[in-house]
Formats: sequence, C-alpha cells, structure tokens
Amino acid sequence: MNGPGPNETAMRKAEPRAERADGAPSAPPGRSTGEVLLAVENVSLRFGGVKAISDVSFDIRKGEVRAIIGPNGAGKTSMLNVINGFYHPQDGRITFKGETRSKMRPSVAAAQGIARTFQNVALFKGMTTLDNIMTGRALKMRRGFFWQLWRHGPAMAEEVEHRKFVEEIIDFLDIEAVRKVPVGKLPYGLQKRVELGRALAMEPELLLLDEPMAGMNLEEKEDMCRFILDVNNEFGTTVALIEHDMGVVMDLSDRVVVLEYGRKIADGTPDEVKRDQKVIDAYLGVAH
Amino acid sequence: MTAEPPPGDTFAKLLQHHAAVRGQRPAFRHKDRGIWQTWTWAEVHESTRAYAVGLARLGLKRGDRIAVVGSNRPRLYWTFLAAQSLGAVPVPVYSDAVADELAHVLAHAEVRFAVAQDQEQVDKVLAVQARLAQLEQVVYDEPRGLRDYDRGRLHAIDDVIAAGRRALAEETDATAWLDGEIASGSGRDASIILYTSGTTGRSKGVVLAAGRCIAAAADTVVFDRLSEKDEALAYLPLAWVGDHYLNFAQALVAGFCLACPESPDTVEQDLREIGPTFYFAPPRVFENLLTRVMIRMEDAGALKQRLFHYFIGVAKRYGEAILDGRPVPAGARLLYGAGALLVYAPLKNMLGLSRVRTAYTAGEAVGPDLFSFYRSLGLNLKQLYGQTEAFLYVTAQPDGGVRADTVGPPAPNVAIRIADSGEVQFKSPGMFVEYFKDAEKTAEAMTPDGFIRTGDAGVFEPDGQLKIIDRAKDVGRLAGGALFAPKYLENKLKFFPNIKEAVTFGDGRDFVACFVNIDLTAVGNWAERNNIVYGSYQELAGHPLVYDMIGEHIAETNRALAREPAMAAAQIRRFLILHKELDADDGELTRTQKVRRNVVAERYQPLIAALFAGDAAADIATEVTFEDGRKGMLSARVAIRDAAATPTPAPVLEAAA
Repeated sequence: MNGPGPNETAMRKAEPRAERADGAPSAPPGRSTGEVLLAVENVSLRFGGVKAISDVSFDIRKGEVRAIIGPNGAGKTSMLNVINGFYHPQDGRITFKGETRSKMRPSVAAAQGIARTFQNVALFKGMTTLDNIMTGRALKMRRGFFWQLWRHGPAMAEEVEHRKFVEEIIDFLDIEAVRKVPVGKLPYGLQKRVELGRALAMEPELLLLDEPMAGMNLEEKEDMCRFILDVNNEFGTTVALIEHDMGVVMDLSDRVVVLEYGRKIADGTPDEVKRDQKVIDAYLGVAH
Repeated sequence: MTAEPPPGDTFAKLLQHHAAVRGQRPAFRHKDRGIWQTWTWAEVHESTRAYAVGLARLGLKRGDRIAVVGSNRPRLYWTFLAAQSLGAVPVPVYSDAVADELAHVLAHAEVRFAVAQDQEQVDKVLAVQARLAQLEQVVYDEPRGLRDYDRGRLHAIDDVIAAGRRALAEETDATAWLDGEIASGSGRDASIILYTSGTTGRSKGVVLAAGRCIAAAADTVVFDRLSEKDEALAYLPLAWVGDHYLNFAQALVAGFCLACPESPDTVEQDLREIGPTFYFAPPRVFENLLTRVMIRMEDAGALKQRLFHYFIGVAKRYGEAILDGRPVPAGARLLYGAGALLVYAPLKNMLGLSRVRTAYTAGEAVGPDLFSFYRSLGLNLKQLYGQTEAFLYVTAQPDGGVRADTVGPPAPNVAIRIADSGEVQFKSPGMFVEYFKDAEKTAEAMTPDGFIRTGDAGVFEPDGQLKIIDRAKDVGRLAGGALFAPKYLENKLKFFPNIKEAVTFGDGRDFVACFVNIDLTAVGNWAERNNIVYGSYQELAGHPLVYDMIGEHIAETNRALAREPAMAAAQIRRFLILHKELDADDGELTRTQKVRRNVVAERYQPLIAALFAGDAAADIATEVTFEDGRKGMLSARVAIRDAAATPTPAPVLEAAA
C-alpha cells in the first residue's frame, strides 16, 4: 500500500545473474551478428593544446554491448561526445551505418538513431516521468507545431501512438508508480532509469550510456544491469557504455575497449582485457 | 440478494454460470500500459476453457498440483480456474518468498506444473528445480527477459491458451471432453491448497474443498449484500486466504468484478481510479494511510490545518453515531454534513475509499482510535476474525453492530465455543479438509468432536461478540502474578505513528520491558523538520532525541495503562530502540508481517538480558539477509533507557484530545 517510501526495502529483488540455473544463457547474451554498426578510425581530438583523444580506432558491432573503460581523464566521455556529434574531431573518420563523416551535429546523430544518457542526470526536473520520456519522441513527431495546437485530427492520433510507445517503456522499466511524479522528486536511481527511458523512446539503433550506474546502490545496479541486458536482448539495441564498476563491465559487455590518456591501450573480450598487462598497469599504476 | 444456493459446487461451474447469466458484465480488470483493460465473464470463460485445454495438452491431469507464483494478475486468477476445470489443484505461493521457502512449498506439494508471473519468478523456480523431482512444466505470463531461455519445458500462458483455442476449434471432441471434465468435478474435491504463513515453524498446506469454499463465500455474500454491481481491488497476496476468499471466491459467487493493480507499487493510485465498493486491508495499512495523511496535513497551510482538525473533531464526536443510525442532534448533523462536504469526502476520495460500502480489517488488533477515525469519516469499517483453516470467516461484525475491541458474533452458520483453557474453537461451513500430507498436524488441529482449535484465547462479551485477547500460549504473568498480555501492550504502542513495531517481554519477569522499531517515514519526516541529520536507519534509531520522543510515547502509554486496574502492573519500565527493522527475510516477521516472538527473543537474547539487568547499553551482532539472499553481519551498540511509569492508583484525568 505504500508508495515508494524510504522504508520500502522490499522493492524488486534482482537475482544475481551468476546463480541462474539452466534455461538461462550463462554467457553475456548480446546477439552480435559481426556486422559493424559504427567504426571509429584514427580519431584525434584536441582542445587547444590538450590532446583528449589521439589516434583511436575501434568498432562497434551490431547487437553487441561494448564497454569503454579507462582511468579518470582517459577520454571516455569525450569519445562518446565525438560519436554522437557533440565534439568534432580534428582528425579521423567515423562511419555509422556505412556512412562516413567527420563532422555532424548531435541532432543529426539523433535522427540517425544514436541516443545517449549523461553522466549527470540531464532531465527536465519539473516535468513528470511521462512527459520526460515523451520528449524522447520529439524527433519522431511528423506533424508540426500548428497541427499540434489542434486537439483533434492527425496530430492527436499521432500523440496517442507515441503515448502507447512510451507506456511500453514505462512498463519495461517498472516505473508505473512514478508515471505522474515530477522527476525532480524522484530518488537518483529512479531518475537514471527515467533517463534511460527517454533514450529508449528514440528507438535508437545505438545507445550510448555514460556511467549508467554511477552513484547507485547494489540493488539499483542489479536492476539497471537487468534493464541494459533486456534492452539489448529484446530490442536488439546496440549498447556502448562507459562504466567504472569492473564487475558490471565484465558481466555485461561482449567486448571492451580500454583508453588511457586518450590512447587505446587494449581492445577485446572482457577476459582478454582483464589479463592484459597494460590494462593492469593503467589501473594499478606501475613503477617508473 | 437472496439466499438461494449457489449455482454450482466448483468454481469452474460458477464461471460457466456467470458467462451464461451475465456474460457481458465485467469480470476482471487490469491496468496495462496505463489503461484499464476489461474482460467480461464471457471472455474470461472462453479464455479459461482454452487455457484448460492447453494445460491438459501439456500433461496436467485431475489431482495434479500446480503452483502459482506471482502478484495479482488476471491470467494468474484464470490459472486457478483453468486448473480447477480439470480437477487439478492450484497452490499459490507468496511472490516475495525467498527461493528456500518456495522450494519447501513446491516440493511439499509435489507440484508437476508451476505458473510464474515473470522472469524473476521463473528464475526462482528454475534455481530450485533440482529439489523438485515432480516438476515438469513451467508456464509464465510476462515474456520479458525470457527470450533466450530453453523452451523445452517453458511456455508462455498466451501460447498455452492459443494452443487450447486451436484444439477447441479444430478437434470435434475437445469441447465435449472439457465439458465432461468440468461436469465431473465435485464439491468434495480439493479446490486449492493454501500454505499458512507459519507463525511457528514450517508452513503447512491447508487443503480446502470446493463445495465448502463456495458455501462459506455464499453465506458472507448474503451477509454483506454483495452483488454483481460490486467491485474489489485484488491487491492482497494471491497465496493468502484473505485474497482467495474475499476477492476470488466472493467474486465468483456474487459475480462481481475483480480489478488487478498495475503493479504492487501503484496500488494506491489504482485504488483511487477503481473506487472499489468492497475493501479489505489489515490494520497496518489503515495505520500507514493515517500516518501519511497526518504527515501531509502538517505540511498544509494554516487554514487547511484548522479546517481539518476542527472537522475531524466534529467527526469524532458524532460520526460513528451517524454511521450506526443512532440519534444525533440536528445541529450536529448539519455540522457533520458541512464536514463531509469540506473534509471527509475529499479525504476519502484521496484515499480511494469514496465508493466503499463494506470494508473489513483483520489479522491484528486494531487501535480503537484508529478504528473510530475511519468510521467517523463515514467508512463502514468492520472487523472479522478468521483463519486459513476456516477458509477465513469465524466471526464478522454486522452493519450497525461494530465495536473496536471485539471481532463480532459468529459468522453465518459458524459454531463457536470457548474451551476450558480459554481457547476459541469453531466449526464452520468453509472449514478445511486436512493439512496436506500431514495427518498428525491435522489431528492436532481438530478436537475429537470435529471442532477446530484456533490457538487464540478469547472471551464472549455479554452482547455476543467475541473478543480475542492474544495467542493462547503468549498470555503470561509477571513474577508478581499480574496479567501480562504482550500483544495488548504492543498494540497500544503501535498506535503512535512513530512506532512501527514493538515487542514486549515480561512473562515470569519482575517488570515489563520492550523493543521498539521506529517508523522510518514518520520519524524521518520529524527529523527533517527538526534539522536532525542521519545517514542510516541505524543512526536515526540510536539518536538521543529519538529516544526522548519514544520515551515520551511510552510514558503516555503507561499513563493509559495505569487507568486500567488489570493492566496497571504491566506498565513498561525499560525500553530500547532496535538498530534494524524486524524483517521477514530474517525470519523475524512472518510474510504477513506478524512478529515471530520466539525468533526475536532468541536473536536478541543479549539485549533482553541487558534490559532486565539494568544496563545502560548493550552490544548486539545479528545476521541479516539481503534482498538477493546473501547474508551479512550487522553489529551495533544499542542504548537502553528507563521509561517513566505512572504510580498505580493514580486517577489521572486528561482532557479528551
């Protein structure tokens, strides 16, 4: 009977994935086909004299969960910003769905099917969960401003369609109880979930997640892991994520690229990366 | 409503009846994707038939047990009906049961089928399947996350229904076969096995027969004049007798509509949207509601606050009399009418109780003030006393015969007697057949002449209403010989919004001492308003100012106890605030949130010793179980304080608040 109050300890129980019995896949599920969705080739990014990214190349395959890891200041967020067109690299090429470009505006990236969430939650605090996720549909709205002033007719029919899609997402993310609550009032973990919802509303082909579990408790992390896996599984969405929690990265991702000081130092499956001496040095430090 | 016999002795036959008589009336609702979806009796009948045939094709046979794990979803209720159509016996399991409890019930019931709501529940069943030799097929409702699971023994309900539908359409003998199966069901068959929450030890499977279930439900449907026009929100746990009786059985006897909430977290909003006419909630829920109303009122503007408190005062004086139809001065009636317009109706509307015609509470003693509060608003709140073994009703208060401190006269056709030991014993239309596979326990529960022992101590009041004092075995005496009824004291304490749970100790001791669990919502709000910073439940619970506040509550309770000659000696002399909430996952509460007294006494032995030894603080380390089943140790130093007692023969007079 309680709303989600602070004493509601019994929220969802996430079963640890490792303990799943038969019937469930033991390896990370991704349904990678091998086809390259996005290729980053020799990309370099400088801010004045500061080299944020130098000569980095890697690719993201369709349907996989790709993690980008590295110590603080390694250029991970810059890399995401390059991918979704917010930063323009001085050198190098980015190929998305076979189209090569070096400069692109974020709105174009969004229209092409790249959605993202942010390291710090970037929602409209005064708007409800529902409205925030609806904004994710903005690019899908076909009718213009003047049609939308009218409460009947095609714009209304379109709105109903979009609302239906948004309700699917609300159901998917288990946030029915906060549908009409302004997001500013929600706990941080739920806000992160709403932000993911907004990104999903764009029906992205490539979902960029910048530290989706930062600042979450164990249970919220488990829930978020489950959502990311389900997104990847159910919709076949390709996911690229930045994350610091190594357990999460190793569990979720099919392949990991490791950055340090703007350079790529390793690239491969979680197991390969874990054993890589350069990665161990980068994380644990090395005597010079 | 008339008292004519129900049109069938199994629930499957009742469903057939409703499909024929009121086929187009709503039978089930469920809020899905933000919109209330409705199924008529005809639609439910059609789907259930197809579902039954689909299950039969998977191998479900007469007499098999089929587990149902999940929260209130139409398809899970249809699972009951589909299984019962075939003569199979559903075994609902609490959806929040941890894997070990689930394994115990499923293994004990020897289920061949399990129907799970979603991936979470499927995972739980699969995790323990090594212990379930008989389990053959698992069926699920929500497909999300299950895409990559091995399909061999895993089926979607929708697919099972579709397969059944195809069979019914294409195979000429399928319809006749199903009709034969339904017709050969009898009222003597086991209809359902409900596992008790188990206040003591492992849970037992209570086997209930279809005919008895329907007979009992038919009695109370007449008693409370329920009809097809009623509507209930099915939010109580599927595995609990209360849900199976009040919602499922009564809906199928009276033909009313059962609305399933969107999710367990949205019950409050769903209640407001559905506006049920029949409502049941344990006292705890009414308490929580009131606490939150009071908290919100403290944040309201001055005018609203004054209006609220003034009219609540009016309701306190006249509300119950008006509800019971007793004479009230005309002026008071007018004032109450104004209050209804300005405060009571909007408040009930906010709580989703506007349309409620009959509301019940049971399970624990309800604080008299709490009880009167709701009744004074015009809510027809009554009490009943029941047990899983009775298929719920033993006593129930009739409209107009309601008291806060009793549970009512015997329900229709129920015989009650008080044994020499003080124990309440009964015989009722819905009484259980046996504990599943446990003849010994069955024999223990029944007297040689066929009455059932409740284990509760009770007395009949002169007006014929039964009063339950406590569990028969819990009532004790202080070393000085004074009566010690722990629950009586605890209920008094729990009426304070800041106190969530209390456990008192005193049997064989010199005085009474108690553990307190603070209510995080109420105390947290208080802390916020008083600029008290805290990082965790533990820190807040140990805060000296919180101790001061709880100490004041206990002193007030003691003042009240001092006014009752029988209880004056049982005033609470010492107390402490526990560093953690009592939790069902740690075995300290039952799944229905009742304190397991002996478990608590054992786990917190050092604290109890310190209470009675007069120490000012004590160390405690306890094992806690996290949500995902892992265990850890939680240690703390808990402060102990003396409580202010009131001298015994002191006639303290206070203005009625």
